[in-house]
Amino acid sequence: MDWFPLWNSLRIAAISTVLIFFLGIAAAYYIAKLPKLVKGVLDVVLTLPLVLPPTVVGYLLLRLLGPRRIIGAWALEQFGVRLVMVWWSAIFAAVVVAFPLMYRTARGAFESFDETLSQSAQTLGLPNAWIFWRVRMPCCRQGILAGTVLAFARALGEYGATSMLAGYTPGKTATVSTAVYQLWQTGDDAMAFRWVLVNVAISAVFLLTVNLLEDRQRKGGRR
Amino acid sequence: MLHVDIRKKLGDFQLEAAFETGAEPLALLGASGCGKSVTLRCIAGILRPDEGRIALDGRVLFDSAARIDLPPQQRRAGYLFQQYALFPNMTVRGNLLAVLRGKPNRDTLAEDALRRFRLEAVADLRPRQISGGQQQRCALARILLTDPRMILLDEPLSALDSYLKYQLELELAAVMDDFPGPILWVTHDRGEAWRNCPNVCVLEGGKASPVQPMRRLFHAPGTESAARLSGCKNFTPAQAEGALVRLPDWGVTLDPGRPIPPETRTVGIRSHTVRPAAEGERNTIPCAVERVIDDVFETIVLLRPEGAKPDTPPLRMELSKEAWQALQAPDRLTVTVSPEDILLLQ
Repeated sequence: MDWFPLWNSLRIAAISTVLIFFLGIAAAYYIAKLPKLVKGVLDVVLTLPLVLPPTVVGYLLLRLLGPRRIIGAWALEQFGVRLVMVWWSAIFAAVVVAFPLMYRTARGAFESFDETLSQSAQTLGLPNAWIFWRVRMPCCRQGILAGTVLAFARALGEYGATSMLAGYTPGKTATVSTAVYQLWQTGDDAMAFRWVLVNVAISAVFLLTVNLLEDRQRKGGRR
Repeated sequence: MLHVDIRKKLGDFQLEAAFETGAEPLALLGASGCGKSVTLRCIAGILRPDEGRIALDGRVLFDSAARIDLPPQQRRAGYLFQQYALFPNMTVRGNLLAVLRGKPNRDTLAEDALRRFRLEAVADLRPRQISGGQQQRCALARILLTDPRMILLDEPLSALDSYLKYQLELELAAVMDDFPGPILWVTHDRGEAWRNCPNVCVLEGGKASPVQPMRRLFHAPGTESAARLSGCKNFTPAQAEGALVRLPDWGVTLDPGRPIPPETRTVGIRSHTVRPAAEGERNTIPCAVERVIDDVFETIVLLRPEGAKPDTPPLRMELSKEAWQALQAPDRLTVTVSPEDILLLQ
């Protein structure tokens, strides 16, 4: 059995999650401070990928990143890099589709944060970056962790936009979810079933880890 | 010396605060929503005033004309929040070590502070695991470790029940006694202000009145709002008539025994200065007893002056339970007020 789709799916999900982690937190933190109208508009734009069908997101991304489209043509000319139909194309798809999960959960966590903690830290002379990483983030860690987990799970299972942006090239762009579809469609039912089992196993291990983390956190909190 | 002269608009609310204070604690007294907290936040740098100037010991913290606006980190204001704002993700010791970051001898300094504020036994607990008193001591220790140049107390005792409040007030006052710089003590509790601050600045609807000695606020409040804040409960419209003051709503005329300022519009009478009149006394007000309320340590009697207009609020008298029992539950009662207890208000 060729394990490439598993390796590819994991690296795409991992890289996407790291990107989403920082992008989502930055967006949640800075957008909360904007005027109401701007906030409302940005909120809609940034949450849209969550409710749009992934194929629509894939289509829109193709219109931006395709070799003859604005960003795609620029990247090709400047760096000689294609942005679609390569393995990292799936990262664009996963980041856009999974970003709203991180953004919204982090924003919810930040909104319930007690601002007097940050204000008192400021009057005590502590730098803003220190306050952010040592007070705000630890106080919001439950929401941040939940958002990261959700985003990772969504990125790992991304199919619609990924198949449009990266296609299915065995050994090059195949992921677990696209492999299942391709194998089933070409009549290789036995192989498709194996990948389904792999997928179920990953998800189960993943959920188990999350539950263990939550348990530990609850115990830690009671100490 | 702390010098404050600021204006700030927040929605419909307009704050105008100007005062100066030295080393003695200054009470900022006002009802909720009068702008006390906004004023403190502007001084600490958490909120930015629209215009004005804030200076501490000659150091300019904010000056809209000179475009100076120091961040809170550089203002050296020890701000005690109502809920103390201790970092919940750190232990008591961690909270103290946090503000000492970068100092070479931070461990020694933190241990000294833990000992001085009697926090050694709870040093490794989180803020929510310790008592309210320990939380307050931890917050004070944390503030004093940063070597502040002024201390801002934001309703420090308001969220507490009365027994704990009394204890924490004593501890807080002891710490403030040792602090050499300016102290602003925000409160809506007149007793708390009276016990701890020699001077007071009354804030009303966003406007700060001039700083005055606390004693004067209680003995000659001057305005109705100040009298209200100082705990006076009886007010009625007044008209000067020569040396006398006429109270049309009560249908009586009283002699305050002193010249009546021409801007006098209202008379205030504290409930505990109203007393049953003896034979032949002056300034009497004949009343019907409307209602008797048995309070914890005293009796509250609501009286209706006989000449009162309808809809006039009753005159409230407070006296000891023994004194009320001695009167044997009368239906009618003639009361009086000593001339100096008639507050002439604008």
